[in-house]
Amino acid sequence: MPSHDVMPNMELYQPVQVEDALALAARLAERGWLLGGGQDTYGWLKDRAKTTEAMIDLNGIEALRGIRETADGIEIGALTTLTELANNPLVRERYSLLADAAIKVASPQIRNVGTVGGNLAQDARCWYYRRGLSCYRAGGNLCYADTPQGMNREHAIFNASRCVAVTPSDTAPALVALEASMVIRSNTGERVISAEDFFVGPNVDIRNMTALRPGEILTSVRLPATWANATFYFEKVADRNVWDFALVNMAVAMRESGGVIQNARFVAGGVQCTPRRLVDVENAVRGRPRSEATAQTLGTLASQGARPLNHNGFKVHLVDSLAKRALIA
Amino acid sequence: MNPRLTRRRFIKGVIYSSAAAMSGAGLYLTNAQSQSSAAVGRLISINVNGRTRSVDVLPQETLAHTLRYKLNMTGTKLGCNRGECGACTVLIDDVTTYACSMLTHSVKTRTVTTVEGLRSPDGQLHPVQQAFLEELSPQCGFCTPGQVIATVALLKANPRPTREEARQALAGNLCRCGAYDHYLNGVMRASGQLS
Repeated sequence: MPSHDVMPNMELYQPVQVEDALALAARLAERGWLLGGGQDTYGWLKDRAKTTEAMIDLNGIEALRGIRETADGIEIGALTTLTELANNPLVRERYSLLADAAIKVASPQIRNVGTVGGNLAQDARCWYYRRGLSCYRAGGNLCYADTPQGMNREHAIFNASRCVAVTPSDTAPALVALEASMVIRSNTGERVISAEDFFVGPNVDIRNMTALRPGEILTSVRLPATWANATFYFEKVADRNVWDFALVNMAVAMRESGGVIQNARFVAGGVQCTPRRLVDVENAVRGRPRSEATAQTLGTLASQGARPLNHNGFKVHLVDSLAKRALIA
Repeated sequence: MNPRLTRRRFIKGVIYSSAAAMSGAGLYLTNAQSQSSAAVGRLISINVNGRTRSVDVLPQETLAHTLRYKLNMTGTKLGCNRGECGACTVLIDDVTTYACSMLTHSVKTRTVTTVEGLRSPDGQLHPVQQAFLEELSPQCGFCTPGQVIATVALLKANPRPTREEARQALAGNLCRCGAYDHYLNGVMRASGQLS
């Protein structure tokens, strides 16, 4: 694979108003590339695995930064960095699940520039796809990972459909657990969709991991008060503590009352193309205490329906173990 | 015919007037660029180590490239050029950043500090550099500028970090020699916690 130190020639736009960015995004559409922190972008461009005619750098748009309190929870600007998110007093106090997830992303320097929007909208990390091979996700007609020789230790155990790539994000499972909604703007208006609907699997759209369409910009993430100050659990399992993407991560929000779990959201990342709600586990723990005994009753419920590939059978046990640990840790 | 209007004067006049027209065009272009609907221009100024430097920067150029190949500031190392090693760590507005993964055009309104900017005007090493020397922190030295910058940022935010805090702060800087503990000793010495 040719690897280059410099990116190919392209134009760069640095709008300072959301409206200007939306106009540019509408005008350039598929020819443009939205730029947040750029930590996902530059690798694609340096490797020539993907190219673009123009980058629209959103970093100058102050209106997309920062965390605000709203009537029902908080609103996080999409250009807020992961460091800002992890250190924000409001987030740490009420939604520490999200702060715990954000601090686990990549390395300190990447978190200093990497944005919430970018972490959510980042592309799949399957190395065959990143290498620029013509796989299903790249518009071709085969998958290189799901073959007898394919290196698929990091790939999906659930809901593969031709493509077996997984969601690489640490904040995505946390936001699904917190019932966040995504504010998406375009030249023609605004739409708000739930975090669960924001992430799409290969059975819905094999070329895109999110519901974002050309011309659209994810401008903010809203967290409702529903899960504020709940009992939280976040754990990321990766080969290295820094830089690495999760093999499996688990974000859990639980409401306890009278010594039992009233309601819970269990969401696993790294096991399929989208953050996976473990609805069976949520139902099983409802009305039970948060304890070792309850954890044991889960058995292999979290991994029900898993179809591991040649090299990722360990993820089946991992997702079961993490679901149990949420009730013990 | 006016005898003073010689051929030479006439040509000079044409040159001046076209120069005026061109500078007008330049003004027009500058105005167009201040509108966000236009792509960025190439001639920009960036503030590096307290000095404003004018430099010709491609739209897609990274800060590491500009520093090393345009400004000849080779103290900032390029290891992986993919944001995976930390050798190119610089400070942008006092925040550690991988210079290989930052567009130079994104730092136009900000201040960049590289390892060259740490020395005092009289040539004395920065306390972090001195501490790293005393603790023999570097082995081969290639990752050292990044480790120094990461430590300077840490000590600005947290002047007396614990060893664990230092470990977290330097987690984004790889050392292929594996001299991590020596760097941590250096951080402890620089923060006055080793005698």
